[in-house]
Amino acid sequence: MLGTILQIAFLLFSLSILMNLWRLVKGPDLPDRILALDTIYINSLALLLLLGMFQNTQTYFEAALLIAMFGFVGTIAAGKFLLRGDLIE
Amino acid sequence: METLNALPVWSQWLIGFFILLGSVFAFIGSLGLALLPDFFTRLHAPTKNTTLGIGGIVIASIIATSVQGSVTLSELLIAIFLFLTAPISAHIMAKAALHTELKMFSRTRDYRQKGDAYEHEKAD
Repeated sequence: MLGTILQIAFLLFSLSILMNLWRLVKGPDLPDRILALDTIYINSLALLLLLGMFQNTQTYFEAALLIAMFGFVGTIAAGKFLLRGDLIE
Repeated sequence: METLNALPVWSQWLIGFFILLGSVFAFIGSLGLALLPDFFTRLHAPTKNTTLGIGGIVIASIIATSVQGSVTLSELLIAIFLFLTAPISAHIMAKAALHTELKMFSRTRDYRQKGDAYEHEKAD
């Protein structure tokens, strides 16, 4: 039973990442693209957690934590660049 | 995969429920990001992605590792970190969108403009 549910979850997250990629390509403005990138890293983090559950390892946990931290830093940097035109003043 | 199917049945139901909850909410959030009309309505859709989607997956992962042996709560680190940082990044993105003056959906009430938008001023 859990195998089927995990496959459904993989399918749903992959479709979510495809929709985010469509929003990333289509735009129409820069904040939309930042938001699409933010959602892409959150979805890929969930995919990594699901893969760790699927293979029954703890290996992917650190990778997910690193993606969470660096994704947040990237989002804040892009947002601050749009706000100020500069990162470090 | 075989170890997951060897878990007790009640934990399999719990894990399956939380995985389905998380993935369905993440799908709804991304659908909102793809379909909603302007940036300010699109901004609120992926919030469901972080809180309910990641929350459900993290709870399922905690149950799956805790049932097999000792209780491990290290996955909660990801959930706590995301719950702390998601409002900050949404706030920065909303400020950037207001700064670049994006077009709004026609039914959005713009409080920066005086006039009919302020209903309490009309009342007195």
